[in-house]
Amino acid sequence: MAVLGKSKEAFRFFTETHLLELTGLKAANLQELLYHIKTVPPSVIYCHTHNFLQQHHYLSPEPPNDFAYWITGILGEEELGEYLFSIDTIQYTTIYELRVEIIRTIENYMAKHPRSLQKFATPGDEFHFFKSVSFIFQTPYTAFDLKEFHAALQRVTLDSIYFHMFEARLRIKQGINDFSKWLNDSLQEERLANKISSLDPYTHTLGGLRTILIKLVEKRLSEPLEKPSDTALALPKS
Amino acid sequence: MPKITEYEPIVGTHTIEELRLLANRLYGKVIQNINSTAVGGGVAEILNRLVPLLRELGVDVKWDVIKGGDDFFQVTKKFHNALHGKPEEITPQMLEVFLETSQRNIDELKVYGDILFIHDPQPIALIRKKPSMPNGKWIWRCHIDVSTPIKQVWDFLTPFIHQYDGAVFSAPVFSQPLPIRQFLESPSIDPLSDKNKDLPQEIIDQVLDKYRIPVDKPIITQVSRFDYLKDPVGVIEAYRMVKKRIDCRLIIAGGTATDDPESNKVFEDTKEAAGDDKDIHILPIPSGSDTEINALQRASTVIVQKSLREGFGLTVTEALWKAKPVVASSTGGIPLQVKHKYTGLLCHSIPGTAFAIKQLLNSTEYAKKLGENGREHVRQNFLLTRQVRDFMLLSLCMYHPEDIIYL
Repeated sequence: MAVLGKSKEAFRFFTETHLLELTGLKAANLQELLYHIKTVPPSVIYCHTHNFLQQHHYLSPEPPNDFAYWITGILGEEELGEYLFSIDTIQYTTIYELRVEIIRTIENYMAKHPRSLQKFATPGDEFHFFKSVSFIFQTPYTAFDLKEFHAALQRVTLDSIYFHMFEARLRIKQGINDFSKWLNDSLQEERLANKISSLDPYTHTLGGLRTILIKLVEKRLSEPLEKPSDTALALPKS
Repeated sequence: MPKITEYEPIVGTHTIEELRLLANRLYGKVIQNINSTAVGGGVAEILNRLVPLLRELGVDVKWDVIKGGDDFFQVTKKFHNALHGKPEEITPQMLEVFLETSQRNIDELKVYGDILFIHDPQPIALIRKKPSMPNGKWIWRCHIDVSTPIKQVWDFLTPFIHQYDGAVFSAPVFSQPLPIRQFLESPSIDPLSDKNKDLPQEIIDQVLDKYRIPVDKPIITQVSRFDYLKDPVGVIEAYRMVKKRIDCRLIIAGGTATDDPESNKVFEDTKEAAGDDKDIHILPIPSGSDTEINALQRASTVIVQKSLREGFGLTVTEALWKAKPVVASSTGGIPLQVKHKYTGLLCHSIPGTAFAIKQLLNSTEYAKKLGENGREHVRQNFLLTRQVRDFMLLSLCMYHPEDIIYL
């Protein structure tokens, strides 16, 4: 069993809840959709690439983004929908980069398939743009070491897991999830931090993600003690 | 009325803890709701459930009602229809009646909240009191489908709407380009109400016995009042297409409004369309028979909502909560609830409805999965506790213009 360090700085588990703010903007075809994707605030892009995940976190295995869902289901452009489903959100560390990739994907498709410009949603089926207003607050759970971290992971809500794995990384603009940041910076658990940051959380349900996190920590807890310097691995740059 | 703790086994301890925390953040704020009636109607029904739970959580929430005569409410009824998109003749005299009664309420009704929720168009002109309350936060809560309003009425109301600090709608499709913040607050169902609570099998059997419905074959059900917009005859056509391949029964159950002659006509048309098919059960259910509706939904194999136009579609929410596979039209608030192939199947036509029903009847595992997903979707997003939460978040939002709020 590993003898593990204690951090001077506790990991404080936060959680979040949110309200959807409507913009009054809507799109009935690909051109209108693209125009708004280019011009809406970043919080709108964040919302439409994460809203499905927040609302349907029990679904497995591939919660799509709202753009892909609408393009597939309403415009019937399944190929474009598939391209958008497949965007590897985890590789983007800012909303700006993610937005650029979505725009590039749609523009490329429109250029190759001009007939797609002729498709319109029927009234009532338009794409409506909205953003998420996030309310973030602290939970009673804190951890100074890996054991406490392991215990807290089992108790916090899925909204808390969501906040630290998704929202902190992309929306709070840290570029890395909170767990990896703390494990690396405060506990010198570089290997574990790296394992967590290299997960693709978008391909798991939040419940499934919690299980994986717990298992990774359990595995580390069962390992013999290793000097941090022996295990150091480079973390992705934020 | 159920206590807040009674919802804990359904939504989880953390959800109730979160509500208490949000209520704490509103300490010292008085939230005043103003609408047009204390009993009857959807808004009163919502407030009758919300207000006691909010008070139990410690939120200082008040509820006041404006006054108005028959002439005023006849005008606001016309406003209501026009906002729904139905052409109505609105004369200058009618607008005068509206403004006169509004002025009396402005003069006589005590407005004292830190945050004011003004529900629907009837009390909308109270916003004229805003200059006398510089710290008040005014929210217009629109419960009506205003996706395609009649322009005359919308134009008349917009100068009032523009003075509010925020507007709240029940579905994204209802939002309009406005210069104020707009929020989404979906309606909800109460999982502990007679219409939605778990029922013992004996009760379900008793209801089926009462209506002489054998359980010898799959049951397809649509629950809705008898209204052309619910397309009951279209449901029968879809059933007949299904019946060619799969032996099944059809239940169309709902109320007929005694004061609505069209409703009786729709009921007669539906019976005529059913003909002498013994496997079609057209059931006029008296209002207030919530347990019977609950039992019929729970006895069903597939639930259909083939509306031509729909507000939010709470009958869909009820069906999903009972983990039933649902086939529903892609209209109004239904697409918020039914994510195609995830929490049910969406359709746009009678053959499409029939095809979706056949899919679900023939693929029981798929149907079961959709039903389970649907129940979880409702648990997360459309139960009363979520509406309690949103009410508090909306109130808090009035003090925070930013997108990320640390409480």
